[in-house]
Amino acid sequence: MRGRRVAGPIDMTRGRGAGGPHGSRESVLVAPGDDLGDSKELEPGHGVIVVDGRLKAVKQGRMTKEGKNVGIQPRRTAYVPRPSDLVIGFVEGMTNNIWFIDIGAPFNAILPLSLGPSKASFGGLRSVLDVGDAILCRIQEVEENHSSVATMKGMGLRKLKTGSVESVDPHLLGRVIGSKGANLSELKEKTDTRIIVADNARVWIDGDVEGIISARAELGAMMMKAKISEYRGDV
Amino acid sequence: MGGYGDVQMIDDKGLRMDGRKPSECRPIEIETGVVPVADGSARVRWGLNDVIAAVYGPMEAHPRKIQRQDRAVLDVRYNMAPFSTTDRIRPGFNRRSREISKVTAEALESVVMLELYPRSKIRVEIEVLCAEAGTRCAGITAASAALAHAGIPMTDLVVSVASGKVNGVVVCDLNKEEDNYGEADLPMGILPNSGELVFLQMDGDLSQEDFKIAWDYNMEAASHIHEIMARALKGGDA
Repeated sequence: MRGRRVAGPIDMTRGRGAGGPHGSRESVLVAPGDDLGDSKELEPGHGVIVVDGRLKAVKQGRMTKEGKNVGIQPRRTAYVPRPSDLVIGFVEGMTNNIWFIDIGAPFNAILPLSLGPSKASFGGLRSVLDVGDAILCRIQEVEENHSSVATMKGMGLRKLKTGSVESVDPHLLGRVIGSKGANLSELKEKTDTRIIVADNARVWIDGDVEGIISARAELGAMMMKAKISEYRGDV
Repeated sequence: MGGYGDVQMIDDKGLRMDGRKPSECRPIEIETGVVPVADGSARVRWGLNDVIAAVYGPMEAHPRKIQRQDRAVLDVRYNMAPFSTTDRIRPGFNRRSREISKVTAEALESVVMLELYPRSKIRVEIEVLCAEAGTRCAGITAASAALAHAGIPMTDLVVSVASGKVNGVVVCDLNKEEDNYGEADLPMGILPNSGELVFLQMDGDLSQEDFKIAWDYNMEAASHIHEIMARALKGGDA
């Protein structure tokens, strides 16, 4: 059944008409269903679909336009694993030859015995990685139905025995790292800690206790600042 | 729909008991990010109604038998708190809450892009803290805002509003007395950007003319509520 359209147009000021934004890099906040312009002139990017020749937002967030491409940087999003992602996971359970790893995605990843950190006998997985252990691993494979396989075979992939693991918003990871890693290096130097930022928005911080505490506080402040500035539109 | 036809709810000036015109809505406030531990949440204060919706997921669907290989399942639970009405409500599911959970899930399934999350589950919890009338509409509206807040891809928002008939006059957004003693009630779920309808129920009798008036009232109100909802979603909770 269909009635008439009842939603008003989005912000029409400053050239943000129904024809979409103008200029090389503009941003405007959008909600699902908002009309973003004509599909003949613009191309849909992340979080945008084409319906009856018009671009339509499917996520809440900040619309960005790079050339012809219109996308949405979502405000909140779940982590979706991709092959070769470096992730920090927690062991959630195991069978005789498989560990189940919580990687912060809708589905747990599996870590087969053959891809584990060291040799373990069939049924003796608990002696190598136990429930609750934090590990640094890589996503080897993601199937169509969202199941993923993790691996610990590779340089630097290991069990995290010390330090603290923090979670940040997946879409704000770029802010933690900064341009060419500037923010991250500054944070490391300032707090004298070792930090690994994983693709699943988990951050491992290691060092002395004072360093870890101050790095966590800095990270929290950085996230708060990013969220505020993002929705003031001064990004 | 008590059918107490002798209860006067429209005065000589054509105003309702709470001073509203027939086409007027109760005041509405929408706020997002009210449940910090949830992936997305929203609170709708609509007249005396106070409804909170929280969204969790997408997550692995358990038990496995409920998983769909081609899409996610939307698990909606509508519940009225025992203290939400003057008569205490026995906690737990009842026939009414099951029905409302079902119609809410079906309305939201029309807009949520479930095919992006096969084998997953998206859990939507709707809790009515204070009920006046029209809690199903407030619940659907809150759930839609919470889903958008959680970053779940949706083709549109859903705005729900009810109109009805009182003392022979079609009125928009019924309050408790009008709901209890009125002649008809027509709740609708509307997609504001396309004008499509995803949910419609009717209790009582409405003539074709009255139905058209109620339809127009609902469309008008949906436009107003959509503005408030969009402002809440774009406003931010930092």
